[in-house]
Amino acid sequence: MPAVSSDTPPCFDIRELTKVYGSGEAAVHALRGVDLSIPDGDMVVLLGPSGSGKSTLLNIIGGLDRATDGVFKFRGEDLTRASVRQLTLYRRRHVGFVFQFYNLMPSLTARENVELVTEIADNPLSAAEALAMVGLDHRMDHFPAEMSGGEQQRVAIARAIAKRPEVMLCDEPTGALDSATGVRVLQALRDVNEQLGATTLIITHNAGVADMAHRVVTFSDGRVGKVEVNETRIEPEALTW
Amino acid sequence: MVDPRHPLIPGLSKLDRKLVRDLWSMRVQIIAIALVIAAGVAVHIVAAGMLDSLKLTRDTYYDRHQFADIWAPVVRAPEALADDAGAIPGVRAVESRVRSAAQFSLDTMDAPAAGEVLSLPQANGSAINRVFLVEGRMPLAGQRDEILLLETFAIAHGLEPGDTIEATIYGARDRLRITGLALSPEYVYAIAPGQIVPDPRMFGVAWMEREALAQAVDRDGAFTELIVQLQPGAETAPVIAALDRLLEPYGAPGAYAREDQISDAFVSSEIDQLSTMAGFLPPIFLAVAAVLVNVVLARLVALERTEIGLMKAFGYRDRDVVIHYLKFASVIGAIGFIAGLALGVWLGRSLAALYTEYYRFPYLIFSLRAEVYGVAALVTFIAIGGAGVLAAWRAARLDPAIAMRPPPPPDYSQALGAGLTRWRRIDHQTRMVLRQILRWPQRSAITIGGIAVSAGLLISTLFFLDSMEVMIGSYFDIANRQDITVSFNQPRSREALYALERMPGVMAAEPVRHVAVRLRNGPVEERAALTGLPREAQLSRAVTAAGDGIEPPPGGLVLSQDLAEKLGVKAGETIEVEVTEGRRPVLEIPVSGVSTSYIGSSLNMQIDDLNRIMGEGRVITGAALRVDRDQEARLYTALKAAPGVAGLSLQTQAEEMFVDIMDQSMGTSILIYTLFAGLIAVGVVYNSVRISFSERETELAVLRVLGFTRGEVAYVLLGEIAVLTLISLPIGALAGAGLAFVFAEAMSSDLFRLPYVIEARTFAYAAGLVIFVAISSALMVRSRLDKLDMVAVLKAGE
Repeated sequence: MPAVSSDTPPCFDIRELTKVYGSGEAAVHALRGVDLSIPDGDMVVLLGPSGSGKSTLLNIIGGLDRATDGVFKFRGEDLTRASVRQLTLYRRRHVGFVFQFYNLMPSLTARENVELVTEIADNPLSAAEALAMVGLDHRMDHFPAEMSGGEQQRVAIARAIAKRPEVMLCDEPTGALDSATGVRVLQALRDVNEQLGATTLIITHNAGVADMAHRVVTFSDGRVGKVEVNETRIEPEALTW
Repeated sequence: MVDPRHPLIPGLSKLDRKLVRDLWSMRVQIIAIALVIAAGVAVHIVAAGMLDSLKLTRDTYYDRHQFADIWAPVVRAPEALADDAGAIPGVRAVESRVRSAAQFSLDTMDAPAAGEVLSLPQANGSAINRVFLVEGRMPLAGQRDEILLLETFAIAHGLEPGDTIEATIYGARDRLRITGLALSPEYVYAIAPGQIVPDPRMFGVAWMEREALAQAVDRDGAFTELIVQLQPGAETAPVIAALDRLLEPYGAPGAYAREDQISDAFVSSEIDQLSTMAGFLPPIFLAVAAVLVNVVLARLVALERTEIGLMKAFGYRDRDVVIHYLKFASVIGAIGFIAGLALGVWLGRSLAALYTEYYRFPYLIFSLRAEVYGVAALVTFIAIGGAGVLAAWRAARLDPAIAMRPPPPPDYSQALGAGLTRWRRIDHQTRMVLRQILRWPQRSAITIGGIAVSAGLLISTLFFLDSMEVMIGSYFDIANRQDITVSFNQPRSREALYALERMPGVMAAEPVRHVAVRLRNGPVEERAALTGLPREAQLSRAVTAAGDGIEPPPGGLVLSQDLAEKLGVKAGETIEVEVTEGRRPVLEIPVSGVSTSYIGSSLNMQIDDLNRIMGEGRVITGAALRVDRDQEARLYTALKAAPGVAGLSLQTQAEEMFVDIMDQSMGTSILIYTLFAGLIAVGVVYNSVRISFSERETELAVLRVLGFTRGEVAYVLLGEIAVLTLISLPIGALAGAGLAFVFAEAMSSDLFRLPYVIEARTFAYAAGLVIFVAISSALMVRSRLDKLDMVAVLKAGE
C-alpha cells in the first residue's frame, strides 16, 4: 500500500476495515479489510463494479454507517466506535454530501436550501457566495421544481460547500445528468476542491472522470484493488465519457 | 394475463395478498381509524339502543300494568261520581281510589320519611295502575294492617315481607305489616312531591285495601282520586276539562295528564335526552372517520402509483383496481363496525344496569331491534364506502404509462407559502413546516377540523359538569339555604310555625304556603304551585341568574324564567291566576319580576297576600328551617311526634343524592364521550403525522445526512402537527361552546334547565387533553425517525 508521508496526520486513515451485513450463513461481507490513507485536500475518485464495496466505504467515511471491525480515523480522531450523536456532529461540522438525485428540500428555494445548512454551521460561506461558486447566483429564489437536473445538482453542491467542509463526499454526482451538464457539475466540484481545499471523494461508474482526480482508488470484492496517482490531471471540460 | 392464484395461499388472488400485506403494514393507522368508527357506532348503539330499550321497557310496562292517562285528585267525592266520569266521551275506564299522605318512622334513620298510601285496585275494578308484586303476597281482604311496600324504600331500610313498619296516616300512628314488596308504573322514578331527586330512603309508598284505607282517612264511601284510561285515539284535553267540571265541587285542584305525572315526566325527559345524544354524536364520529379513510386511502394510492400502473399494465381492469381499494376501506369499516357493535352492546348493557338504579322497572327489556343495528351498519357503509370510492376512483383513473413513472417532485413555487421567502426572521426548518402546511391546505384543514371536533366534543361534554355545578350551587346554596323543609299534610295555623321554632335545634324558621294554581295568559295555560313566602325571606327564595334574591312586592308575583317563557309574559305584565283549592279565587296579578330557577319552576308571592287571596287566616302548609346539626336527632324525634307533619326534605341529603345521581349517570357518559373524543384526536393526529412522514421520509433522512440531529429532524416533522393543533384549539373552543349551547337547549326540560356556563378550566382541560393526545400520537411516529435509513437515500431516486 502506498503510504503518504507527511508530518500531519492524513485526512482519512483507514486500517483493516471490515463491514459485514447480517450474520451466519446469510452474512454479506461488504468490506473485507480495507487499508487506505487519503491526504488532506486530495480529490479522490473511487471506481469499481457494483457491490465492490466503494459505497459502503463512502458511507462509513461519511459517518452514515459503522464498520464491523478495523480502524477509521478522521484527522487522527478515531471514529470507528463513535456514537450516533458524535457521528451526527461529525457530518454536521466536517462533511458535505452530494447525492445522485440531488435531494434538495422541495419546499425551500435554492438560497434557502443552502441556508438550511449554513444556519447550523460554525463558519459558513454566505448562500450567495456558495451559489455564485456554482454559477447559480441568478437563480437563488427558485424552487427545485423550477430548475433543471443540472441546476439542482449545482444547488446541492452549493449546499454541501457552504459550510466550508473539510470533506466532500459525492455518490454518483453526475449519474442522473447528461454529459454537458455533468461537466458543469464536475467543474464546480473541482473549483470547490481547489478554492476551499476540501478533501473530495467521488464515486462514479464513469471511468473517464478518474482523469480529473489526484488519486484513483479501484475497488473489487470488498478490497482496495489498486491506488493510482495521476501525475497530470485533466480539466473536466476535456474529459471523455 | 397473470395467474392471479398464488400457489401457496390457494384462493387468495395476487391483489388480495397485496391487500393483506398493505393492511398489515398500515395496521396502526387502520386501528386508529377503526377506533373512531367504533366510537361512532358505539355511541349510536348506546344512545339509540338505550333509547329503544327504555321506550320498549316503558311502553311494555305501562301497557301490562294499565298505566293511567289522567289523574283527577279531589278532597273527597262520593263513589257514585266515578260512574259519571266513566260516561265522559273518550274515557275507556275509570277507577276511583283513596290516596293519602303518610309519614313513616324507621329504626334505620332518625328523620321521618315522607310518603303516600294508596288503595289497591279493587278486585272487580279495571286494575288501572296495577302494581307489580316483586315478592311476598297481596294484602288479604279484611286484614286492615297489611300493606304492600314500594320495593326501593323497603330495600333502602332493609325491610322484607313479614316485617312491620310504623306509619302515621291522617294523624293516627299505626304499625303495619308488610306482606309484599311492589313496584308501580306510577313510581318508576320514585320521587316525593316537590322534591328534585329520588331518595329511596326518604320517600315511601304503601298500598293497602281500599276499605281499610278509606276508613283510616275518613273517606268511607268516597274517593280522593280518579284514575282514567282513555280510548285509543281520544284527546286528553276535553276529558280533563270534563273531569274538572264534574269534580270542581269536590275540591279538585285540577286533573292532569301523564306528561304532568312526576315519574313519567322524568322517564320521558330521560328518553328525550337520549334521543338528542343519539341524533347528534354518531354522525360527527362517522364523518371524521369517513374523512380519515379518504385521506389515508388517497395517500396509499399516491404511494402505490407505480404498483397501480403495473397492475393496469398487466391487464387488470379499472374495476379490479376500484374493488381492490374498496376492499381496503371495507376492512377498516368492518373492523370499526364490529368493534363498535361489541363496545356499544357492552356499554349499553352496563348503562342500562345503571339506569335501573333510579328508574325502577320490574324488568329492563334490552332492545335488539334490527333497525338500530341496521342503521349503524348502513351509515357506516355509506360513510366509509363513499370515502373509499372517491379514493379508489382516483386510483382507477391513473393512466398506466404515467402511473409507472415516479410523480414529479412537489412544486412549491406556485403554492401558498412561497411568499414566506420574504419573511426572514424564521429559520428554514420552521419555514419548511409552514410551507408544508400551506402547500396542502385541504389536508391541513382536515387535520385542523378533526382536532377541533375532538376538542369541541371534549368541551361540550365537560360543559355538563360546569353547568351542573352552577345548577346545584344556584339551587342548594343560593336559592334554598334551609337545612330542612317541613311539609304539613294540610294547611295549619301560624301556631304550627311557632311550635317548630320552639323545637330543639331550630335556629330559624320561615313559613311557606303552597297552593295549586292554573296560570293563564291569553290562550296559554300552565299548572303551577304558587308559593307564599315571608317578606325578606332568608332561607327559601327566588334568585336571579347572578344569584341575588328577588322578592315579590306586595300584590305582585315573581315567576321563574321557564314559566315566563311558556306563558309569554314579561315583568310588568299581568297574568290570570286561578287557585284550584279552597274557595278557588281567580285573579289578575301583575308579574313584578322574573327569577332564574334551573331545577323545577318557581312562582312566588308574599304569604300575607296569598292568605288574603285565599280568604284564610295566617295559614301555612310548611316551613323552611335552619337547624343546629348537633341537635338533629332530638329535632327528628320531636318532628315525628308533631301532628300533621307529612314529610321532611333534608337539604344536605338531597344535594348529596343529586350529586350522586349526576356523578353516576353523567360521570359514566362523560367518561365515555371523553374517551371517544380522545379517539378522534388519536385517529386524526396519528394519521396526519404518519402520512406526512411517509411523504417526507427521504427529506427527513437527507436532513439527518446533512448533520441535523434527531431532535431537529423531529421538529421539521412534528412542527407541522404542533402548529395545526395550536390552530385547531381556538376553533375547537368555539365549536365546543356552540355545541354546548345546543346541548344545553336540547337537554333542558320542564324539570331541569342546564345553565349555559363553561368555565375557563374546562377549556384548559380540553386543550390539555388534546395536546397530550397529539403529543402521544406524534411520538408513536417519532420513533420511526430513529430508524431512518440514511444510506438508502444516497442511492434512492425520488
